[in-house]
Amino acid sequence: MSLDQIIQSFISGLTTGAVYSLVALGFVIINKSSNIINFAQGEFVMLGGVIMFSLLEKFKMPYLAAALLTVGSVIVIGACMERLIIRPLRETPLFIKIMATLGISIFIRNTSMLIWGRDPISFPPISQSLRISFWGFIFPTQSLWALGLTGLLLIGLFYFFKCTVFGKAIRACAADPQAARLFGIDQNKIVEFSFGLSAGIGGLAGVFITPIFFTSYNVGIMLGLKGFVAAVIGGWGTSTGAIAGGFLLGLLEAFGVSFISSGYKNAIAFLILLIILYWRPIGILPLPKWERV
Amino acid sequence: MGKGLALLQRKELVMGFAILIILPWLSPNLYIVNIMVLWAIYSIISLGLSLFFGFAGQISLGHAAFFGIGAYSTAILTTDINFPVWPAFCVSVAFTAFIAFLIGLPILKLKEHFLALATLGFGEILSVVLNEARFITHGTTGITDIPPLSIGSFSFDSYVKIYYLAWFILMSLLFFSHKLIHSRVGRAFCSLSSSEVAASCLGIDTQKYKLKIFILSAVYAATAGNLYAFSINAVSPSTFDLSLSILLIMMVIIGGLGNLWGAVIGAGILTWLSEFLSSYQEYSLTIYGFLLIVLLLFMPRGVIVGWKDIIARLKRLRSILLKNTLLFKGILH
Repeated sequence: MSLDQIIQSFISGLTTGAVYSLVALGFVIINKSSNIINFAQGEFVMLGGVIMFSLLEKFKMPYLAAALLTVGSVIVIGACMERLIIRPLRETPLFIKIMATLGISIFIRNTSMLIWGRDPISFPPISQSLRISFWGFIFPTQSLWALGLTGLLLIGLFYFFKCTVFGKAIRACAADPQAARLFGIDQNKIVEFSFGLSAGIGGLAGVFITPIFFTSYNVGIMLGLKGFVAAVIGGWGTSTGAIAGGFLLGLLEAFGVSFISSGYKNAIAFLILLIILYWRPIGILPLPKWERV
Repeated sequence: MGKGLALLQRKELVMGFAILIILPWLSPNLYIVNIMVLWAIYSIISLGLSLFFGFAGQISLGHAAFFGIGAYSTAILTTDINFPVWPAFCVSVAFTAFIAFLIGLPILKLKEHFLALATLGFGEILSVVLNEARFITHGTTGITDIPPLSIGSFSFDSYVKIYYLAWFILMSLLFFSHKLIHSRVGRAFCSLSSSEVAASCLGIDTQKYKLKIFILSAVYAATAGNLYAFSINAVSPSTFDLSLSILLIMMVIIGGLGNLWGAVIGAGILTWLSEFLSSYQEYSLTIYGFLLIVLLLFMPRGVIVGWKDIIARLKRLRSILLKNTLLFKGILH
């Protein structure tokens, strides 16, 4: 491999890694507030891509307005999902709720197939110039946008969880739901908010990733699974772990594909997962709850 | 806790059997017999999954893999290697059990969603291998021209014959599972779902029992896989993907955890539902997802318990109405 190829793999690995880590972060946020594993997490990324496509190409909206409206509508979809389906199931065992998220993901996927069809969809990237060169190396601009936006989003989320009252309330719920309730935190509101937040993060990832990798109705399930794998690789239940795991998984896949045939790409992620689950089950099993915040 | 087969009355059982036996004569339509075969096959897998998930409390999102290994190993043995059919059946079930042992040894240490994810990962890897390892599995086209099962000169070459065989195997496995969960071993399995710590304090080797029930459910799935390969006479990788694993776990949940009939009834509902919906073509999966959510919302404990709840509620309503009318009459007099 030449240096140029290595850099190309590195950049594409980081870009996919950014998406994985955002999806993983969505998993962790929902899991922290409600213990649910939301299998519809990947569908939010898909929805972000296809809604943005419609707003840009069909309704000819300006780029920024379309992006904001897309993220907004994905947030609404996520919140509705909690309000209409997860909340009525509050008294049922956990796996019923998880199965319900699976049902939701089947529903969202196939409804968007009815609306947007089966063909892959894409729209123009954020900036006009496709490539930019630094020190003699060529970088795709959209990847840089993706990485930059991911970084900004992560900083914003970090600030939100550490420094705002609402963010602290979410962490309190994760630490001890009962104590949080005694302090007057409305858990329903927190869970609904965390679904909305995760959906918004996924939607934003969909907006900046679609010009690079395209999107279609069925990308959500694999993205969701990879995000989950990333969250486990990084150490389940911590947001920093989820982010690190996402980037690590993206890089491993990007370099793995250049050595093995790309048909095995999905097997790589799960093989890494099985190896990590096997070798480090203790590092991955959930820590006591007060340490998870 | 497990009730096993005791949920149905003897009268209902006899009626069910009678319907099963005469059904192929009642309906000359092969299509219905075909779906009944599929129902029996799915029931066998979800019966195994029900033991693993409903009784032992361990989740698996990769059971389509064992179904696939069973079907594919038989297909490869009977076509490419020209193995006789019955030895192929036995070898493939034993091979699947061996794979389940190898996989189960490390991953059954995991709990809850880690176990779910690990089994799911195993299923995904298998589905990639089925697609990519062309020299063994023939890639996406799959394997065709699998010979029918036969004993001596009698060959299970029509859907009606396979239908009787599949339902016979299902009924035997139901009976076996019923006996199993009411044995000492079965009570040990059931104790795993309530508390593993308590179980191990009582001297139950939890790892060993988990592995045993995992292998047993893989054997069920492999048996079903064999029946599938011998009835359709072809296998292709798209059958054994993640959506089937999810469908199987849905069957167990919709039927209701902790009772064996639930697996059969859940499998029946989802098999017939997807066949029925397939006439709506591209709308089918949207409706399917919607119905799943509705079923979970209104009958989270499975259709059997849900149905009994509804009946009980109706009876209560009727008795209240009756009491009120009596009261009303009393006032009038």
